[in-house]
Amino acid sequence: MMTDRLARALGWTSLALGAAQLAAPRAVTRLCGLDDAPGATTVARLVGARELLHAALLLGARNPAPWAWTRIAGDAMDLTVLGRAAAGRTGARRARALAALGAVAGITALDAACARQGTAKAKGPLQVRATITVNKRREEVYRFWRELENLPTFMVHLDAVRTIDQRRSRWKAKGPIAALEWEAEIIDERAGDLIAWQSVPGTGIATAGLVGFTDGPGGRGTVVDVSLEYGTPGRKLAAAVARMFGEHPEQQLRDDLRRFKQVMETGEVVRSEASPEGHRALRQLRQRPAQPTAQPTGGRA
Amino acid sequence: MKANVWAGRNRLEIQDVPDPRILNARDAIVRVTSTAICGSDLHLVDGYIPTVKKGDVLGHEFMGEVVELGPGVRNLHIGDRVVVPFPIACGACFACQDGLYSLCENSNPNAGMAEKLMGHAPAGIFGYSHMLGGFPGGQAEYVRVPFADVGPIKIEDDLPDEKVLFLSDIFPTGFMGAEMCDIKPGQTIAIWGAGPVGQFAAASAFLLGADRVIVIDRFPYRLRRVQRTGAEVLNYEEVDVLEALRDMTGGRGPDACIDAVGMEAHHPTPAMYAYDRAKQATRMETERPYVLREAIMACRNGGVVSVIGVYGGFVDKFPMGTVMNRSLTIRTGQCHVQRYTEPLLQRIRAGEIDPSFVISHRMPLSKAPHAFELFKNKQDECNKVVLIP
Repeated sequence: MMTDRLARALGWTSLALGAAQLAAPRAVTRLCGLDDAPGATTVARLVGARELLHAALLLGARNPAPWAWTRIAGDAMDLTVLGRAAAGRTGARRARALAALGAVAGITALDAACARQGTAKAKGPLQVRATITVNKRREEVYRFWRELENLPTFMVHLDAVRTIDQRRSRWKAKGPIAALEWEAEIIDERAGDLIAWQSVPGTGIATAGLVGFTDGPGGRGTVVDVSLEYGTPGRKLAAAVARMFGEHPEQQLRDDLRRFKQVMETGEVVRSEASPEGHRALRQLRQRPAQPTAQPTGGRA
Repeated sequence: MKANVWAGRNRLEIQDVPDPRILNARDAIVRVTSTAICGSDLHLVDGYIPTVKKGDVLGHEFMGEVVELGPGVRNLHIGDRVVVPFPIACGACFACQDGLYSLCENSNPNAGMAEKLMGHAPAGIFGYSHMLGGFPGGQAEYVRVPFADVGPIKIEDDLPDEKVLFLSDIFPTGFMGAEMCDIKPGQTIAIWGAGPVGQFAAASAFLLGADRVIVIDRFPYRLRRVQRTGAEVLNYEEVDVLEALRDMTGGRGPDACIDAVGMEAHHPTPAMYAYDRAKQATRMETERPYVLREAIMACRNGGVVSVIGVYGGFVDKFPMGTVMNRSLTIRTGQCHVQRYTEPLLQRIRAGEIDPSFVISHRMPLSKAPHAFELFKNKQDECNKVVLIP
């Protein structure tokens, strides 16, 4: 959060610097003691344009901190130019160039801190969350989910879940290349309220999940709230699986929950001819025409 | 089987496509005996509804005979004659149980797609884009009907197809348009659009107790038709509608206004028309909302604007200041057909209305592209086409 705010602030700084360099290149070169160099205003304008690019990336991105690396590349360029200018000049110009050099060095330190924290954050676990209301009693909804072998009926990337005992289960999913398998263990459970699980270390991918069940307001069914987390090795995998199915993990989870609701309320996953296999995520984007299909679908549920 | 297929903007083809199959337990396969072309199909043909794909089978007004049933359908039998509502509804979700069938939470397998455009997803609809489910339509010899135990209404007596076919869409749609006006005795209702839905809205307004109904259109043959319901008419190419409505209602304005036109409205002033037409052609807006604007301006203070014309996306120059300052109520919706089929069938049986009055043309399904031409270009006084597979 702090990192993102710092990144945005750096973005605004870029915008201000870029605008100044484009609007008044002469004033900027004078301030840096470079006004005697041939073509100095042109260079100032180019650097100004580059600053606007930083601004666009830092202010436009949803997750701006990693984009601070582009500013560091720019800073390196500026430090080189200013360093050479300070070395080759004397008197007032040298003093101004050194002052500018100091200022840029200070900003570089900020940029570096922001970019590093941003990258570290991006490497953290991937978390997704989604919620849906199911028009059924809480016990019934809970019971269906607790029967983990039911999960593949609405979670499309799961092939099978086999329960080993009350707490342990073996999960099988379609991977981008080969099938993936891991063992999961229920780590917390309150009948009718919540189920929390995580993968057993060393059995495949690192993942954890929590599903909560609460009564909807005014007797309106059950609110199902799911959070999933993929650890660092799992994260790459989740992203690859998501790419394979053409969707962001969050969208995938939302679609899974919608299918869960369909199964609970109508008895099965609803299909249309445009997505006869019960709408795999990829089909959301590349659907068949809405006309009957000749080939058997081979879907489940 | 043969089906009428969307082959690109303004291109329709009769194609051989596979016969439909049961995909879900509560499906039925219906052999279509009568189907119709709806004004809202024109928005698809003209390419203004997003997520229509080449090869989609069109049509959402149809009826026929049940020829195959999934194991989950207990209330229908092979051979039953049914009229099928155009919105697909599961009957089990919160929306369905609230009577809001066109907002069914389970019948749209592409809800994620619709969510991106609309915020939340409406129900699936036969033959009406992938955003609304990607279900093949009824302008075909056979259709798969999901949730066949909820939507379709059995026709057990000898009422001919033509009297009951429009229970699938336009009669309930027109009726809901009038119902949303909360009509009280003595009231005047203005309706934009004298097409079949406008005609049903006019007839329904009288059924619900309106004193006067004023219908606005530009085609004399449609205005003549709607006059048969007892409505007064205005041709917007001949009179200033706002002024005329003010004059006819003692300066107050109609108590409720029904927009039965939607996104492809026309405007008598070329400059006004060109403005929205240009924006729509360049896809900068999806609608040409003249009727909506005019209905809002015309409506009396504290009145109701009832929108049953189809809109697809985003509206420009919407007079929100008028809506707010004059306490207008806007009520809208794709028709919740399942709510109306039974009571309206009773009215047909009782002889209160014969919906076949809107039909102007009957053709074999193989002539569907030609029929669309006639209907779209208002040729040959085309009002409503029934296609027979």
